[in-house]
Amino acid sequence: MGVIRGEEMVLNIGPQHPATHGVLRLQVRTDGEIVSQITPYIGYLHRCFEKHCENVTYEQVLPFTDRCDYLASMSMNFGYVVAMEEMLEIKVNDRVQHIRVVMAELQRIASHLLGLGAFGLDIGAFTPFLHMLRDRERILDLFEMTCGARLLYNYMWIGGLSHDLPVGFVESTYRFLDYFEPKIDEFVNLLVHNKIFVERTADIGVMPQDVAISYGVTGANLRASGLKWDLRKDDPYSIYNKFDFNIPVGEGGKGTVGDCWDRFYVRVLEMKESIKIVRQALASMPKDGDVHQSLPKKIKPPVGSIYRRTESPRGDLGYYIESDGSNIPYRLKMRSPAFTALSVIDEIAAGWLLSDVLAILGSLDIVLGEIDR
Amino acid sequence: MTVDFLFDIFVNFFPSWENTDPFLIISMLIPLVATFGFITIYALVVIYAELKVSSFIQDKVGPMGQGVGLHAGKWGLLQPIADALKLLSKEDIIPRSADKLLFILAPFMIFVGAFISFIALPFNASIIVSDLNIGIFYILGVGSLAVIALILAGWSSNNKWSLYGGMRSAAQIISYEIPAGISLIVVIMLAGSLNMQEIIIYQQGGIFNWIIFDNPFMPIAFVVYFISALAETNRTPFDLPESESELVAGFVTEYSGMRYAFFFLSEYANMFVVSVVAVTGFLGGWQSPFPSSLDSPMMGVFWMLSKTAFLIFIMIWIRWTVPRLRVDQLMHICWKVLLPIGLFNIFAVAIWTVLLG
Repeated sequence: MGVIRGEEMVLNIGPQHPATHGVLRLQVRTDGEIVSQITPYIGYLHRCFEKHCENVTYEQVLPFTDRCDYLASMSMNFGYVVAMEEMLEIKVNDRVQHIRVVMAELQRIASHLLGLGAFGLDIGAFTPFLHMLRDRERILDLFEMTCGARLLYNYMWIGGLSHDLPVGFVESTYRFLDYFEPKIDEFVNLLVHNKIFVERTADIGVMPQDVAISYGVTGANLRASGLKWDLRKDDPYSIYNKFDFNIPVGEGGKGTVGDCWDRFYVRVLEMKESIKIVRQALASMPKDGDVHQSLPKKIKPPVGSIYRRTESPRGDLGYYIESDGSNIPYRLKMRSPAFTALSVIDEIAAGWLLSDVLAILGSLDIVLGEIDR
Repeated sequence: MTVDFLFDIFVNFFPSWENTDPFLIISMLIPLVATFGFITIYALVVIYAELKVSSFIQDKVGPMGQGVGLHAGKWGLLQPIADALKLLSKEDIIPRSADKLLFILAPFMIFVGAFISFIALPFNASIIVSDLNIGIFYILGVGSLAVIALILAGWSSNNKWSLYGGMRSAAQIISYEIPAGISLIVVIMLAGSLNMQEIIIYQQGGIFNWIIFDNPFMPIAFVVYFISALAETNRTPFDLPESESELVAGFVTEYSGMRYAFFFLSEYANMFVVSVVAVTGFLGGWQSPFPSSLDSPMMGVFWMLSKTAFLIFIMIWIRWTVPRLRVDQLMHICWKVLLPIGLFNIFAVAIWTVLLG
């Protein structure tokens, strides 16, 4: 590949392009189909969230966290409330913890479903995308049942939850899990072992472990490169250390460790692990416990700062909160996992064909709302 | 042969006319208008079929009527008409930096390429616009006209995505014509004729006389032809020229309204043409699968259309099931897989026919 060199052309992929997952602009230098350099330009979805947060009270920050990673709002809420509770030294009761874990893991499944579907779509498989969205709808139905919203929940509050679980939630969730577990194998048959899909993803866009670490790539992308790094196990928060689950890592099943296929398959396996966690959490959930029990009357953290990271569907989601003792944060910074994942694209996608660049972009599962904030 | 047939009728009815040129023109125009009408109706039907089949595959209902009122009609039957009306009433945009003449020319050229293939398609023993003695060769030949139109569309749009799409499709269609042609050579060897009707007549006498069952190598030739046909018509998994997630819409990116509809129409028309060629070459054309029964002229039309519809259904099915190939993998399949198989097939069939035929 690339023996004959021609004239290079600059091509702008996006900001309006079907495969950019939002409004991302990739400026690529191409020689025919071969891409020699990729420069991502971000900021088209920048909504000044971090600056906004410096002007509202701590409770009012929550809706902003929803809107960052709009495909994993629960996880964004979760990270923020975990950080704030650590700062305020609030202990929430067991029921709240269990409900939070259930929600976060359901959200992880929902987010991975969309991510995998969109990845398939980038490669040209339209049907799996719709099948996955169909099942994601059922998770959104569960969320709607709980808090009335389908996308932006504002469900987890500092020191509790906005609502307790509605009647019938546990049964509905079990029903969903029973329905969904065999469906995963269907996706596996449709895409993972599909010859064309394997041709398009195996050995493509290999991200070696050291590259992933030096760029700060986290989450499923890092695990696909073979490193067993999951904050739910390595830096446990909430009650994750109670549950029994595995951390799937990329093994290069169809090609090299850390290729696009691994990034896809690791997410498939993670959905299975999430199902395991949800089942355990539902089984061990205490029947009583007021979800508003430990809500603080006034949120005024002591002067100081905290950095707390949690495992969102996209990776290490960090919140750095600086308090000056008042009821509004002095500074709030989010560490975005999708941002680091996007930053590595030039490293792993340069030299591949144009179609591969979009496949690699899809495999990184980025959400522009979280990158730009 | 329809043109001659019509001409004879006219001449017989008005024997007193000295100059028969108007008759000739009219008897040529009637089949062409009929063909155009057929393509339009067929396109509406197949668009509806595509919508519905894709909906069933994707676990959704597709276009549906909503109780009283028109909406999309009963079972969404009016959806393709609504689509066509929408495209007709859209603003016709020609980009300022486009090469205007070529930009306007491209949709017509691609449609003409698809349209003139239709005159050699046999619908039954007598319904064929022109029974050319080089029928199958002619269809393969005029099928390549599309390449020029695609390059024109890609180049004249003055858009990088269009350029990529045009270049990809040119490479793709030219390459895949070779395995398609080679797998049809086997058919021509067996039937001993390039004439569409003679190829069909060779397959007389029930399903086991069809060329696909002639010898063990023919199913392979059929599969090679079918894959090449998918590639030639830019259908998934070979829809790289217009892959929406990579090239936005490829060579049609800048086209809108009726010009876009012509590209759309010719894609579906091409699907029909390659399916008819496959049916003619391998599946017995308008012959009934049952020996000497159900083979009246009207049943001939029925068999032809139903076999074609089946192949088109498979094309739609494949489109909504599999992902897309990459451009180098596409070429790999063509030159390193299909072409050797096709060449091997020629020798194998020749030896088989000599030894056992």
